[in-house]
Amino acid sequence: MTPSESKIEAQELGHEEAPTQRRRPFLVTIGRLLHHRLFLTGLCLFGVIVLAAAFAPLLAPEDPNRLAMRLKFLPPSAEHPFGTDNFGRSQWSRVIYGAQLSIAIGLAVVALNAVFGTLIGALAGYFRRLDNPVMRVNDALMAFPAIFLALGITAVLGPSTIDVVIALAVAYIPRTARIVRASVIVLREMEYVQAAVAAGAGHWRILRHHILPNAMAPLVVQLSFLFAYAVLSEATLSFLGLGAVPPTPTWGNIMAQGRQYMTEAPWIITVPGVALMITVLGLNLLGDGLRDVLDPRLRVQQ
Amino acid sequence: MSALIEATALEKHFAFGEGRLLSRRSGRLRAVDGVSLRIAHGETLGLVGESGCGKSTLGRLLIRLIEPTAGAIFFEGEEITRRPTKALREKRRAMQIIFQDPYGALNPRMRVEDIIMEPLLIHGAKSDGPTRQKVSEMLNLVGLPRHARDRFPHEFSGGQRQRIGIARALVLRPKLVVCDEPVSALDVSVQAQIVNLLQDLQGELRLTYLFIAHDLSVVKHISNRVAVMYLGKIVEVAEKRELYAKPLHPYTQALIAAVPVAHPGNRASARAARARVSGDVPSALHPPAGCRFHTRCPYVMTICRAEEPKITEPRAGHEVACHLVGSS
Amino acid sequence: MSLLEVAGLTTAFKTRRGEITAIEDVSFTLAERQILGIVGESGSGKSVTALTIMGLLPNPPARIASGEVRFDGTVLTRLSDARMQKIRGSGIAMVFQEPMTSLNPVFTIGEQLMETLRAHERLSPKAQRERAIEMLTRVGIPSAALRLGDYPHQLSGGQRQRVMIAIALACRPRLLIADEPTTALDVTVQAQILDLLLDLRDEFGMAIIIITHNMGVIAQTADRVLVMYAGRIVEEARIGALFDRPLHPYTRGLLECVPSLEQDKARLAAIPGTLPDPASRPRGCRYAPRCALRIEACTAAIPALLGIQGEHAAACIRATPS
Repeated sequence: MTPSESKIEAQELGHEEAPTQRRRPFLVTIGRLLHHRLFLTGLCLFGVIVLAAAFAPLLAPEDPNRLAMRLKFLPPSAEHPFGTDNFGRSQWSRVIYGAQLSIAIGLAVVALNAVFGTLIGALAGYFRRLDNPVMRVNDALMAFPAIFLALGITAVLGPSTIDVVIALAVAYIPRTARIVRASVIVLREMEYVQAAVAAGAGHWRILRHHILPNAMAPLVVQLSFLFAYAVLSEATLSFLGLGAVPPTPTWGNIMAQGRQYMTEAPWIITVPGVALMITVLGLNLLGDGLRDVLDPRLRVQQ
Repeated sequence: MSALIEATALEKHFAFGEGRLLSRRSGRLRAVDGVSLRIAHGETLGLVGESGCGKSTLGRLLIRLIEPTAGAIFFEGEEITRRPTKALREKRRAMQIIFQDPYGALNPRMRVEDIIMEPLLIHGAKSDGPTRQKVSEMLNLVGLPRHARDRFPHEFSGGQRQRIGIARALVLRPKLVVCDEPVSALDVSVQAQIVNLLQDLQGELRLTYLFIAHDLSVVKHISNRVAVMYLGKIVEVAEKRELYAKPLHPYTQALIAAVPVAHPGNRASARAARARVSGDVPSALHPPAGCRFHTRCPYVMTICRAEEPKITEPRAGHEVACHLVGSS
Repeated sequence: MSLLEVAGLTTAFKTRRGEITAIEDVSFTLAERQILGIVGESGSGKSVTALTIMGLLPNPPARIASGEVRFDGTVLTRLSDARMQKIRGSGIAMVFQEPMTSLNPVFTIGEQLMETLRAHERLSPKAQRERAIEMLTRVGIPSAALRLGDYPHQLSGGQRQRVMIAIALACRPRLLIADEPTTALDVTVQAQILDLLLDLRDEFGMAIIIITHNMGVIAQTADRVLVMYAGRIVEEARIGALFDRPLHPYTRGLLECVPSLEQDKARLAAIPGTLPDPASRPRGCRYAPRCALRIEACTAAIPALLGIQGEHAAACIRATPS
């Protein structure tokens, strides 16, 4: 045999019958997601809320804060699809503008988590020396329930929307960091990372090219659940009077208000409650779908 | 023959501890425990041993993928043991590694071209025509079609992935390549292709190999010299024909006798030859005192339990660490 | 009469890419006390064959598309789950590749061994214990009485595989299926386990199916051999005939492509190409694209497994008696 024969051994019959998937892994994932029924259901539910928030001025031309005492406690009708509240304000407008706030807070918390959680988790997971100190501080923060943290921050800064974002971000970043750290620790030992080290790659390159892109899957799953927690927690906090100050409508403060009129005007508390439920359910289904598709360990053959 | 790489009294201990806060119970795993070896320019040194003997750790130590606890490494006569990462980068070009698992060795999110190009980019090349040309040449060299460039690792079979890993290791034109079990995860019918490829590339590119494997037949086929490791120590090194024909260490004898027969006709004789060594490899966390093989050795003597045998060279080029050989 | 008869067995799996047949038209017989080796590479269907016989494949996604398995006169492929359960263990037992995951980490090896005994036989606790000790001693676990209380993680890989064999043999099965029993083990331990299986066959008189990718393991143990490729049997022979006069080009390739300790080869005779993807197998003979003897007729139809010389059969239109 001549030296070149070992090449022919592979090539000859090579891969004319090319493998069926000739697509980027990213597109393969999208394709799988679009075939995942629960994911699609979640996407629709959550999509309705997001669209409502995005097009709030168009969908609800009526000012959510316009008082009209003569119109108070009107049940749902063609003119007021979700009825009116104790000040005669349109529930339709208030719930839709409330969605805006919920989505905005959710996005802010998710964004802060994505940035700082990834940063902390990646550093702790990649640099062994940082791991112990960083994770101990992290654990200490994790011990605070989000609600107490929010109470504390509100006590210092006074109630506002920003407080809620800060409180939720501080409460959840440690959890996100933990998840990122866990995947980074696994990836750090992968042989392709070793190969990059052997080629002389620096830490930054290894993190950017080899570790972070592969750590994204569990992070995305976590963030979709986190979005749901953030929306739910925001509602809880404003229900307790700790979030945005009335009259700014939030689902939480509308429900707090509606609680007093539960018998006369049950729609006041019900409508934002249902909206909240749809959002959380949608996001959870979305998260489950993402987990099925992105996390091979939990993937179920269908 | 001058040595391309040489290690003296190399040690790697992994510290492990449990419950660091309350009880300070910790120990040391002596994965590599005082190993000296040299590999000459252009030769293939086979390194065999059973799981947990430290052969992979040794391979990674030599190319500074992990930091040694003690000992020294010389590459082309220069000591590289404590050289800081930045200053090591130039040397890294000359020392590369091929891994066992063709699935874990390639970043699933990178295209083949980017995988093979990365080492070049790290060493200052621009992602341009000439660099891409080099990638195509490498693909051709390892026997993959040009259009493999634009694909992702998951589109290839195990053997083809191993070829991609080889292309990545060789694109920097290294002198030393550590082959860490490069064929043991592959199907039998594909193993031979990769072994042949590695041999061809060695000839074409004048490579030096450290070939780590647990399969004695493959090691015998590809190596010039063979070193046998047991629980962190090299117990015997010799030119391959010498080692397989006249193994001196009882462990080497046991390993060779344990290789499954190539023909059913040799069953009975093979069985008779291996009847005497029994038991499993002891845990590397608590290696036996004295000679580490004494718990399984059919020729164990009192001295073996107390004293660790020193390396002797009973025949030129044939080194062994065994009291049986030292005393005779 | 044969102990085991497998006739025309075809097992299919539902996957994202449609239904894929893992094994096709697998037929063979196994006599009492015989050791049958099944050798093949990944995707050959050797493990699926074993799991189908054992009735261990979950349905869905797996489905027996055709064929039957007859064990000691009973058609296993038509049995209810409950009756199959009774056959497993007392009639047919199985040993897997990975001894760590086959043992339950939260029970001692004694408990696991005695549980198997209890499931199939009525024994007093004392008798169970005695049998357990006897079995462990027999498979080569030193001071077995003391080791009964050990948990799996306290044993080495080789000892765990010995315990698995003891559990498999606890109820004296008439057939033992060993699926890559030594692949996860070190060379020196592999040799011990193979010798143990041979001794146990002589002592207990059971038949063994040993599944492996390693021709050396086959050479060391089997009486008869099936060679599988891409889901089909391509050659069947007595051990001596297979090694001395392999008929199928794939079998020849397998024997020639591995280096041997006994003779030096300058270069290995590699089989070109890659194993076919089960979802898109080549037309006709599945080995044809990699075969040096390929002619046009090879790709026309799947060659049948035909007896060439006595019991020696090959599925190759180019195979002729020598």
